[in-house]
Amino acid sequence: MAEETYNRANERNVSEPERWGSVIFGSALAAYGLKKRSIGGSIVAALGGVLVWRGATGQCPIYGGLGISTVPEHQGQQVSVPYGKGVRVEKAVTIDATPETLYTFWRNFENLPRFMHNLESVEVREGGQRSHWVAKGPIGTSVDWEAEIVNEVPNELIGWRSVEGSKVDNAGSVHFTEAPGARGTQVKVVLRYDPPAGKLGALVSRILGEDPAMQVQEDLRRLKMLIETGEIATNESPSGRK
Amino acid sequence: MKAVCWWGKGEVRVADVPDPEIINPHDAIVRVTLTAICGSDLHLYDGYVPTMMRGDVLGHEFMGEVVEVGREVKTLKAGDRVIVPFPICCGRCWFCKTNQWSLCDNTNPNAWMLEALNGYGGAALFGYSHLYGGYAGGQAEYVRVPFADVSPLKIPAGLPDEKVLFLTDVFPTGYFAADNCNIKDGDTVAVWGCGPVGLFSIVSAKMLGAARVIAIDRFPERLRLAQQAGAEILNYEDINILDQLKDITGGRGPDACIDAVGMEAHGTSPDAIYDRVKQAMRLTFDRPHVLRQVLQACRKGGTVSIPGVYAGFLDKVNFGAAFAKGLTLKMGQAHVQNYTRLLLEKIERGEIDPSFIITHRVSLDDAPEMYRTFRDKADDCIKVVMRPS
Repeated sequence: MAEETYNRANERNVSEPERWGSVIFGSALAAYGLKKRSIGGSIVAALGGVLVWRGATGQCPIYGGLGISTVPEHQGQQVSVPYGKGVRVEKAVTIDATPETLYTFWRNFENLPRFMHNLESVEVREGGQRSHWVAKGPIGTSVDWEAEIVNEVPNELIGWRSVEGSKVDNAGSVHFTEAPGARGTQVKVVLRYDPPAGKLGALVSRILGEDPAMQVQEDLRRLKMLIETGEIATNESPSGRK
Repeated sequence: MKAVCWWGKGEVRVADVPDPEIINPHDAIVRVTLTAICGSDLHLYDGYVPTMMRGDVLGHEFMGEVVEVGREVKTLKAGDRVIVPFPICCGRCWFCKTNQWSLCDNTNPNAWMLEALNGYGGAALFGYSHLYGGYAGGQAEYVRVPFADVSPLKIPAGLPDEKVLFLTDVFPTGYFAADNCNIKDGDTVAVWGCGPVGLFSIVSAKMLGAARVIAIDRFPERLRLAQQAGAEILNYEDINILDQLKDITGGRGPDACIDAVGMEAHGTSPDAIYDRVKQAMRLTFDRPHVLRQVLQACRKGGTVSIPGVYAGFLDKVNFGAAFAKGLTLKMGQAHVQNYTRLLLEKIERGEIDPSFIITHRVSLDDAPEMYRTFRDKADDCIKVVMRPS
């Protein structure tokens, strides 16, 4: 499965003051356009009509498409990334190792930057439940957050999420399942996060080649290389380009 | 160091490039003593394999002397003389462990490109585009060889380079093609293309017990070598291949057919001309003229084995013929590592001397001219080997 973005249909995504503005400006635009009695004028009038509709219903298709909402949020206490928000990525890989080996390797979060290229560092806090994560943000920036383990079944799964008030709301889990026929372990990762600049930020970073689904897939490929062979393949090679 | 670099469609250059270095703990550096131009290098030269970049070092058939090893390399040491198979394999993944070497999971850093094209990606190959890993190749003075304990095979002193170089690709590829035919006593095997892979397919089909091998090409010098290797020969420019194959097999058809040509087939029929036009217009990577013939020619319930390289979507291929006749199709990059030891023993025992295909012995500096000669099949060129120094 690749990446999903959530757009709920028929949901208000325009705030109360903005709706009033939309109705007033839209009406004025429609009146102006109709007075012109020209093709250009009727386009302006139609645009005004759309704005009135947007204000009356509180739904903006453009905001919807971009995943933007100006309606204030009422965030729940339990989930760091509320259901239906943010970006969700799910990827899996089969690795020739036992669930125990993989669980132990992953559970030491400080190992993660060895194969997750967008992570700069993870520092596990005393007690082992909390950790500090530093990641490369879009366009050469860096972001950090504090994460805590929320669910853990030895050799089966680890679930974590950023603590309240983090700059990047995110939650993740990794599941280790023995593959049939002695083919090793299926490692499935589910990540959900609210990118720093909202869905627009996710879109921009994808355009710049930092697609989160792709990143997770390549991270898992590197994990497989590291566990199975002890090294990560590199094609760093001499060439006529020097 | 000196290396043969791809410089664009129809252009290679001998350039001065940095020496390779040990990067990963299982790497070794090999000083190349002999290297060859492969028919599949011509697909790169002619610009039919995507993701080549100007400056990429070519070459996947090479051998030489180990000069340096990484700290985790256990079985090789400086001074060892080795041949290096063209697929780069980790030896640890499920595919390597089940002897499907060319499908290795762990060596291609660009596997995502192949996944986008084909669903899943296979092993990286030396000097064969960024799609296949982007590793520098062996038409150079030195090469970095990853997972040096896995694929390279030590060569005993006393065997000259020319006798063992082709263990890196064309001999095992031909053997793999014949092995895929599941040859039974009395079988007739037809081989399209008498280049190096075709010639070794003929030799191998004989080794594996084929009663008759029929070879198809148009170049007299290639047909002559095929005949010397024990095949009956047919020139497709003189006759209708499909009719002729039917006649000489008593109306039954060959039990197995090998397409040792691949995506740059030549032909004289309307479909072959159609393919050329499409390929020239960049509407397709492949000219599957031979594949069409092979599917048509093979007997009911027979096997079609395809060592020839194909790169993408094929047009006007009668898949219905394959279905209606219940054909078995076998193909892919050869799992070279399954055959290197076996074939080295045959060479040591004197059962075969693979150097019979060599027509040109040159220095690495002559690469640009030799690529041209080989592509044009000029000067009766069948196989070029190059010495870096």
